[in-house]
Amino acid sequence: MSEMAAQGKEPEVLYWVGCAGSFDARAQKVAVAFAKIMNEAEIPFAILGQEESCTGDPARRAGNEFVFQMMALQNIETLNMYNVKRIVTACPHCFNTLKNEYPALGGNYDVIHHTQFINDLIKEGRLKLKGGGAFQGKRITYHDSCYLGRVNGVYEAPREILASLDNHLVELKRSKTNGLCCGAGGSQMFKEDEPGDKRINIERTEEALETGAEVIVANCPFCITMMQDGVKAKDKQEEVMVVDISEMIVSNNRL
Amino acid sequence: MIQQILFAIVAIAVFGFAFDRYNKIYRNIRLGKDYDTSGSEAARMKNMLLVAFGQKKMFKRLIPALLHLCVYIAFVVTQIELIEILIDGFTGNHRYFYPLLSSISIGGFDMYWFIISSIEGLSVLALVATFAFLARRNLLKIPRFRMSEMKGWPKIDGNVILMLEIILVTCIFTMNAADDALYRLGHTHTNGLHHEVGSFGFAVTAPLGDLMYQFFGQFDEMGIWMLEILERAGWWGHILVVFLFLGYLPFSKHLHIMLAFPNTYFAPLNSRGEMENMPDVMNEVKMMMGLTDMDGSMDDPGDELPEFGAKDIFGLSWKNILDSYTCTECGRCTSVCPANVTGKKLSPRKVVMAVRDRAEEVGTKIDSGDYDANNFDDGKSLFDYISREEIHACTTCNACVEACPVMINPLEPILKMRRYEILTESAGPGDWVPMFTSIENGGSPWQVADARDKWATDATKENE
Ligand code: SF4
Ligand code: SF4
Repeated sequence: MSEMAAQGKEPEVLYWVGCAGSFDARAQKVAVAFAKIMNEAEIPFAILGQEESCTGDPARRAGNEFVFQMMALQNIETLNMYNVKRIVTACPHCFNTLKNEYPALGGNYDVIHHTQFINDLIKEGRLKLKGGGAFQGKRITYHDSCYLGRVNGVYEAPREILASLDNHLVELKRSKTNGLCCGAGGSQMFKEDEPGDKRINIERTEEALETGAEVIVANCPFCITMMQDGVKAKDKQEEVMVVDISEMIVSNNRL
Repeated sequence: MIQQILFAIVAIAVFGFAFDRYNKIYRNIRLGKDYDTSGSEAARMKNMLLVAFGQKKMFKRLIPALLHLCVYIAFVVTQIELIEILIDGFTGNHRYFYPLLSSISIGGFDMYWFIISSIEGLSVLALVATFAFLARRNLLKIPRFRMSEMKGWPKIDGNVILMLEIILVTCIFTMNAADDALYRLGHTHTNGLHHEVGSFGFAVTAPLGDLMYQFFGQFDEMGIWMLEILERAGWWGHILVVFLFLGYLPFSKHLHIMLAFPNTYFAPLNSRGEMENMPDVMNEVKMMMGLTDMDGSMDDPGDELPEFGAKDIFGLSWKNILDSYTCTECGRCTSVCPANVTGKKLSPRKVVMAVRDRAEEVGTKIDSGDYDANNFDDGKSLFDYISREEIHACTTCNACVEACPVMINPLEPILKMRRYEILTESAGPGDWVPMFTSIENGGSPWQVADARDKWATDATKENE
């Protein structure tokens, strides 16, 4: 972003990578996939790089408002300095915080999740699907993340993308408004579970395996981690893949 | 005359008692903090009409929704007959609306017949639904009715109200059928029908009335006397159950029949993804970061340290407490809670019920006069009702918020208690401490030494 600003250019959209996309090995692959898609569609985008910080979501939901405010106010300073108007992110938690929580702190942006963004690109004809790829004709299932689905009501955009790719979607028993959490939200990602009968990701993975799908599609880096762990715990990693929607596009278009 | 005096005494006593109880609940709700009720009134109205009146959210589960709808409609429509019973009670004027309404004809039927027959028809449906509910609650093994928070009073409460419903309907039928039999014998006390002979022809009770007529008709005066007793017994039974209900409601989950309306009306209009901002903390952080001008505009320092989050009901909003009194204890929230379905202790229903129970406890203690409402301290708090293990297990997935048929938010008290734990007590799960430190120092929940855009530089290199 700073380079673009120095050259006096304004990107069409700022890609908010988020901590997972930046540092988590698996989510980095998704970040690359999404960047490839934007390049393919010739979208001039920027990232903040070192100037991006955690949105503060995990701190806020754990109860640590101080750390949240520190992150949020700093990010808003940066975003406002670059006069950012539109933000796309591949993380539903970043998406929710940027979209719904930053306005109260003085950060007002048009925030969109990458599944919505990609769906729009396809609809507008800016991204042409070539067909084929590793997922062609496969039996897949789609896991609604809480913060994209139930919290922000985005159920259709990702499903529309899936429908435009060649595959056979089997819905999970609990989907859309009834979707079951993967177990990562509310800062559960960063601590051990409380005592119980089962881990939440196992419950959800079992449900996904019941559909007989070979591919579990997600839209959130934390869901991917959780579901991947679940699949491993069930010793199904050879048969079942856990992917982000953007990776299906990359494979479809062989980017 | 004796009947009327008796009735007036009972009615005044019941209304007085109920008024006192409702007042206390109102007072308890107001123990909570301010809550922002700005925003479109039209949107609030719409929520209330759709969700409370229209029961929109019930229809996520069809069978219970239909059963509940039967009881609900019967309940609402029966209130028309209740007006007549109250007039009768105070004035001794039996079936007050009969002359007026029976003179209005719709489609060949008189209006009075139509209204009472509808009430009777709906009452039959309600009766069927009530038996189904009793069976569901007590015979079927539906997990959400069998959890630990449903032991004791909540379980009895659920059954008591269903029993009352059965008595209520039985009384209405007895009253109408006996009156119909009296009419056939020329002895009804109905307004304008003295000494007339005929039948009301009500949908359900006319055949019953005929049976009673044939049976009691055999005993002349004695039979008429017995029918009059039956009619009065039905009448008194009905109104006494209604009074009982009125006084019982504020101790029961059935309070939702009233509170569902304000609760949906005041339900938040903003995105459920937005946690309530804490301006105190925001301003302090702004100051720390040098984002505010330091000239005088700030609150004077030296203020006593504010308490962040919620330790007790006083730290919740009044809406959180209203939520708790509105709860129907249906357990829809808990049955979709990922933590609960995987065997964790957390149950959002229990959280909501705990807020109510604590509000009740605080209210009772304030009423005892031994405690000061403005500076309440009895050495207890919400943490005595909701354990830390429970609040830590929540994934903030909002499934409970989505599931609640009366728009309760069980998640908010959980998050406010987390805030208290972290901000005021500096406690909380030990695992979170490194995460906080890492965010604070490195801008990411993971401690990583790499540059934030290393993934991009690596990918570009790979492509070259
Ligand atoms: S938000 Fe928390 S309490 Fe509510 S359903 Fe999800 S995990 Fe359970
Ligand atoms: S909070 Fe709502 S969903 Fe949960 S038990 Fe109470 S009324 Fe039912």
